[in-house]
Amino acid sequence: MTDNSNPNAIRSRIWREEPEPDNAFSPRAAYCRGYDVYGEMLGHARWVDMLYLLFRNVAPTNAQADLLEALSLALANPGPRDASVHAAMCGGVCGSTAAASLMAALAVGAGQLSGGHEVFLAMEGWEKCGTDLNAWRQHFAQPAGIPGSIWPKPEHTPGFDPHGVSTTTPVKQTLACLASYSKGDYLSWLQQNLVTMEAAAGCPLALSGVAAAAFADLGFSPEQGEMLHLLLRLPGAAAHALEQRPLGYKKFPFGSIELESEPIGESA
Amino acid sequence: MSQHAKGPNLLQENVGVLKSRMGTFYPGSHVIFRGHDLHADLKDMDWVELYVFGITGRRFSQAQLRLMNAIWTYTSYADVRLWNNRVAALAGSARSTGPLGLAAALAISEAGIYGGGIFARSIDFFIRTKHRMDDGAELDSCILEELDMHRSIGGYGRPLVNGDERIPHLMELACSLGLDRGPYLRLAFAVEEKLLAGRLRMKMNYAALVAALGADIGLTQRESCLFVFPVFLAGMPPGFIEASDRPEGTLYPIPCTDILYEGESERAWPK
Repeated sequence: MTDNSNPNAIRSRIWREEPEPDNAFSPRAAYCRGYDVYGEMLGHARWVDMLYLLFRNVAPTNAQADLLEALSLALANPGPRDASVHAAMCGGVCGSTAAASLMAALAVGAGQLSGGHEVFLAMEGWEKCGTDLNAWRQHFAQPAGIPGSIWPKPEHTPGFDPHGVSTTTPVKQTLACLASYSKGDYLSWLQQNLVTMEAAAGCPLALSGVAAAAFADLGFSPEQGEMLHLLLRLPGAAAHALEQRPLGYKKFPFGSIELESEPIGESA
Repeated sequence: MSQHAKGPNLLQENVGVLKSRMGTFYPGSHVIFRGHDLHADLKDMDWVELYVFGITGRRFSQAQLRLMNAIWTYTSYADVRLWNNRVAALAGSARSTGPLGLAAALAISEAGIYGGGIFARSIDFFIRTKHRMDDGAELDSCILEELDMHRSIGGYGRPLVNGDERIPHLMELACSLGLDRGPYLRLAFAVEEKLLAGRLRMKMNYAALVAALGADIGLTQRESCLFVFPVFLAGMPPGFIEASDRPEGTLYPIPCTDILYEGESERAWPK
């Protein structure tokens, strides 16, 4: 399953290491896409340069790095009302491990309501429709979901807010800011056609939809956009989980259950 | 819940109050699980029985429960090379906790080429195909359409080998329990026959067999996917334990030069 001459080798187009002379398992140098990470990038490259480089084969332009950094800030904290952050806080309030809180945030934030798979689906839309409004209208009208998928059938147009009334101010602010950085086609087109797109979708644009357009403008694939969306929303989940830890479960909403009658179980 | 509310009104209706048909607990008193007192009505259920009752709300016969137990048992492989098991074992080698490793390993099991992803495709294919054949469609055309959509049939063929050592054992048990006569199982073998005769020459794998047996005992697609979620679990703790007992970091150690680099040549950072 790997190199025929070395069954233990791992193939990579991203990463290369040179070992220290005294230890084959410790790197003397590490190269990302050909760039010396610790010898040359460190101290000169930005975090978003590295982030971009890991997923793409070239270093970002300044405009691309600025766009990714602005997007990273916009996504960094969905806030404690968000389901993924709520999940992380459930770990925090009861003293679960740090990893468990982040795993909880990832699992909940992976979904099709504001989550990673919503971004994936929205980016598929950009791949398919680009800046063709009629193509988007047809795309929105088509039945969503793939038979046999592990994902549930989408219940709203990906990238739009099913519970929204109008485009929220942060969504408009993020779209305007990111469109001003972007050299790509999609963010500016989305900004110009926002009203029409929202009418076609039947609900207002969501932050996930702005993120999808930004990832597409940066040249990321839907798979890459999904991964990055999951990753970039973790800082807020981590911080809120830690914030709740000393407060504990007694100061965290528990709710009350109104039990509705369950039909008596039948034999299968 | 209002049928007509939407937008913020729908959300407002649900602030603070959770409406549930599934259950709740009354601290210090009793626990309701799908309408039953857990410690009175359901106390004699074994764990698998309670698990599938929680998923379906339905009771199953002892024969059906025996088969469900075996479905989990027969695919519990204590082999850390398998990618999901390896996650649990790597957690042990890296001195993480067992539950973190096992939770991640179960999540990894919802994979595209084995486990949850294949199982979901398999059961969806069977349900759709049987429905279409009941309406008069030919199996050949159903298979061709599926191949056109997915380029393979979920539950047929297998990574590493084409063939499945679990199938004869589970079939033997299903036969002894009288649970081998359902329409979905017949369909599963009919599909295998077609695929073996065709260009793909693919055999049925465990996912297809479990999907068919599950459908024959009345599990829906969602119920089936939840039922098989822990199917690999019992094979995971042994690898975690063994890796934890060995010197840290000694599972799959990789020398720097074993990264077979195929990317860009060394270049200067441009900024």
